[in-house]
Amino acid sequence: MDEAALRATLAHKQAGAYASFEGWIRNHNEGRSVLGLRYEAHTVLAQAEGERVLNEAMAKFDVIQARCVHRVGELAIGELAVWVGVCAAHRSAAFPACRFIIDEIKARLPIWKHERYAAGDAHWLHHPAD
Amino acid sequence: MTREKTKLTLLYFAALRDASGTASEVVETDARSLRELYQQAQARYQLPFSTQQLRVAVDAGFAEWDDAPLADSEVAFIPPVSGG
Repeated sequence: MDEAALRATLAHKQAGAYASFEGWIRNHNEGRSVLGLRYEAHTVLAQAEGERVLNEAMAKFDVIQARCVHRVGELAIGELAVWVGVCAAHRSAAFPACRFIIDEIKARLPIWKHERYAAGDAHWLHHPAD
Repeated sequence: MTREKTKLTLLYFAALRDASGTASEVVETDARSLRELYQQAQARYQLPFSTQQLRVAVDAGFAEWDDAPLADSEVAFIPPVSGG
C-alpha cells in the first residue's frame, strides 16, 4: 500500500482539510501477545459494501472525496492493515467523516482477522460486537 | 408432492469454512428461505453459529433471512466480522 500515492489522489485545490486514519497491526490483543495475523474477506461483498460506506460518508458530511483501502492476507506486527483518507473544505467535516468511515468499515465489512499468539494457539476473531 | 429445487452456490468464510471444510459448494436446495438454507447447511456440517449470530449475503449485497433463495446466486453466511 502506498499511503503517499493515496493521499496525493485526494489533493484537491478546493480542499482546506485532509484527515486520514491508519490501522496498524499491534503486538497485543485482550492481554495476549500477538505474533502476527491474517485477514480474509468476501471480496465482492466487501468492495460493494465499502463503496456504500464511502457514498454514505459523502452524503452525510460535506466532504469532497473519500477513499479507503483494506489489506488482506498475512500481515506482520507494525504493518498497515487499513487506510482511510478524506478531503473537505473544512476540518469540521473531514474529521467526523474519517471517523464514520473507519467505524462503519469495522462494523459492516465482511473481513475477518485470524490471530496467532505467542502461546502457540491461533483463532478467528468472531466477537458478536466490538 | 415434492418441493421445487433451486441450484445455487454457498460460500463459507473463517470459522464457518473451518467447520464445513470447504470455501464453497454448489447445492440443489428445496429451502424456501435463506434461513432454511442455512439450517440445512448447519445440520450437514454442525456449523457453530445460529442465524441470530450471522448475517446473510446474496451476491454483492446483504440480504434478509426471510428472502427466497435465487437460482444461480452466491449465498454467503457472514460470521461476526473483525476487519480494521
